[in-house]
Amino acid sequence: MNHLPLIIKREYLTKVKNKSFIVMTFLSPMIMIALIAVVAYLSQINNNKARTISILDETGLVSDVFKNTENTTYSILSNISLDEAKKQVKVKEEYGLLYIGKSSDTAQITNAIKFYSEDSPSLTIISSLENKLEKKLSDLKLQQDGVDIEKIAASKTRIDIAQESFTGEKTSKVDNILKLAFGGAAGYLLFMFIIIYGNMIMRSVIEEKTSRIIEVIISSVKPIQLMMGKIIGTSLAGITQFVIWMILGGIMVFVLSAIFGIDMAQMQTPQQEMMQQAMQSPELQNEMQNVMVAFFKLPILNLVIAFMFFFIGGYLLYSSLYAAIGAAVDNETDTQQFMLPILMPLILAVYVGVFTVIEDPHGTISTIFSFIPFTSPVVMLMRIPFGVPIWQQVVSLLLLIGTFMFAVWFAAKIYRVGILMYGKKPSYKELYKWLKY
Amino acid sequence: MNDLLVANSVSKSFGDFKALNNVSISVPKGSIFGLLGPNGAGKTTLIRIINQITMPDEGKVLLDGSPLKPSHISDIGYLPEERGLYKSMKVGEQALYLAQLKGLSKQEAKERLKYWFDKLDIGDWWNKKIQELSKGQAQKIQFIVTVLHRPKLLIFDEPFSGFDPINASLIKDEILQLRDEGATVIFSTHRMESVEELCDHIALIHKSNKVLDGKLTDIKRQYKTNTFEVGMQPQRENAQAILKAISEKFEVKPATFKNLNDDLKLNIKLAANETSNDLLSFLTSKAEVHHFVEVIPSANDIFIQTVKNN
Repeated sequence: MNHLPLIIKREYLTKVKNKSFIVMTFLSPMIMIALIAVVAYLSQINNNKARTISILDETGLVSDVFKNTENTTYSILSNISLDEAKKQVKVKEEYGLLYIGKSSDTAQITNAIKFYSEDSPSLTIISSLENKLEKKLSDLKLQQDGVDIEKIAASKTRIDIAQESFTGEKTSKVDNILKLAFGGAAGYLLFMFIIIYGNMIMRSVIEEKTSRIIEVIISSVKPIQLMMGKIIGTSLAGITQFVIWMILGGIMVFVLSAIFGIDMAQMQTPQQEMMQQAMQSPELQNEMQNVMVAFFKLPILNLVIAFMFFFIGGYLLYSSLYAAIGAAVDNETDTQQFMLPILMPLILAVYVGVFTVIEDPHGTISTIFSFIPFTSPVVMLMRIPFGVPIWQQVVSLLLLIGTFMFAVWFAAKIYRVGILMYGKKPSYKELYKWLKY
Repeated sequence: MNDLLVANSVSKSFGDFKALNNVSISVPKGSIFGLLGPNGAGKTTLIRIINQITMPDEGKVLLDGSPLKPSHISDIGYLPEERGLYKSMKVGEQALYLAQLKGLSKQEAKERLKYWFDKLDIGDWWNKKIQELSKGQAQKIQFIVTVLHRPKLLIFDEPFSGFDPINASLIKDEILQLRDEGATVIFSTHRMESVEELCDHIALIHKSNKVLDGKLTDIKRQYKTNTFEVGMQPQRENAQAILKAISEKFEVKPATFKNLNDDLKLNIKLAANETSNDLLSFLTSKAEVHHFVEVIPSANDIFIQTVKNN
């Protein structure tokens, strides 16, 4: 008799109807969004605070670079001593005082610049001031040496090396960044999915043991059916949760930005001021177009299909191991010793993905790890956007499926024996013995 | 073919440990079969083999004449000793799920559950969660789930644990009724008084081997020692003389039983060639006999004696 659909249905419904599952499903995106909103709101308040910075420029050379912006007012002081200026700034409760000391030589001015303030000033403010001064002073130096600034500005050149493979495929830097983003997202998603829902499967196996229902169930269905039903049912619940998170997240970002008007464009930080200036340039608009072009150049079909296969394969491989762990122990605290060997290859995969695939997607290490079944789902998913030959994908997938089948066999053995063992925490040696029962 | 279940020299080892050694049992149709044995003897392993939870290393198990196969699952109802239910699932949903796993359709399961819930007077539990029920209440649900699919063979492992005397006797009556309706019952327990009450056949497993089996009455006949419990009312001055006379002829031990009179109470063991009538006529010639009963070994005695001797 095939009870698999029945078991899947029960596993799915109990997971989905579980109170803590429902709470987590609806609460966690809210918490996430709320957290982001609070951080964004706070930094907005911080940056929107109007501040006045007094400038005492004894050289009279640089004060013209300080132009008022929406949040920052520069008040240029003159005919006043440093001590008096300090006092004045303190009384007026201004943000701080920028002092440019007198110096005969432009080269020496750099050493005579100081910023006085009540509290230590923010890093962004200081670096924004530094940028302004640096630019002005180097211009001044160039002028002193008789160089025409206009000519230098005109001579500025921007290079984007066009990349092309021997078969005529064109790529660019933008392409690579986009590929990394896609591969990284896919690999990381799989990693998270395995950890969250693998644990859920493990807990549900332990629950059946501790509630002692297992022997009743096992007299009606084959252990492997129960195990597969658990894995599939829990995965479906996981997918449901993920989809709800994405939809909710989308809605909440939309709603929140409408209500609170937390809009990127309104957030004026000193960096963004610079960014905005840069945005006006034609090169960047060109860049945006490049991203779109690059997106459509990605092997999208390959990516989607490979994502499905590697995701499912990798997830099933790991979750069958989680199920075996659940069967081997009596309670969650005993799972620790068995968790490490599962987590190690998974973490290794993410490290390899992050450090070597970025550096060299088709290098020896990346290639090898994209074949080893325990790391291949994550590493291969990260490599595929860079174009992996189909034969490599197929071989890796076959290896993964083979290992998966072995893992299911292994897990089913452990599961079959373990679910009826109570009261003792098995060692690895005992697990090995169970395989032969 | 009067046996519903036949196990033929079944052996099973776990690593170096031999849990069952060449065990054969035959469970007659319509009987209540007591599967007895001390803790760790191998009863549960045998029961798990019958339920196809574990496979035997050697030997065969036949149900209704054919070797065990997956479709037999719906012919067997099993109430394990280590039992429980999903704590956070509702009673009704859970019973339906377990019934469907045994091959009942949802509709059929619903109707039968309604019947049983009414019968045991627990209809209002349908929407409760198991964790809201007491242990005894959960056991009732468990019992219903075991018998719901009307299996030919029912296996109960310590069915009365967790029940108060009222519910235990309720369940006992249900078991007897199921037997009367044609089910065969394998009954594993340590409570010998319920073996005495219910079982007509028993098998005793000790240290992985079957050491005893057969009809309970036959076994008792086999274990009886030709001993009689006697109560007499001799005249006070004769008492010593009578006791002496009996002791010379028979093997005598003092006995204790409840009686209205201040009797001479004796356990008298006869030799193989003597009959109860011989004893009785000898005794009546000496004094008035108030009490004369053959000593029949209880299941408890047989159990202890057999386990000790092996």
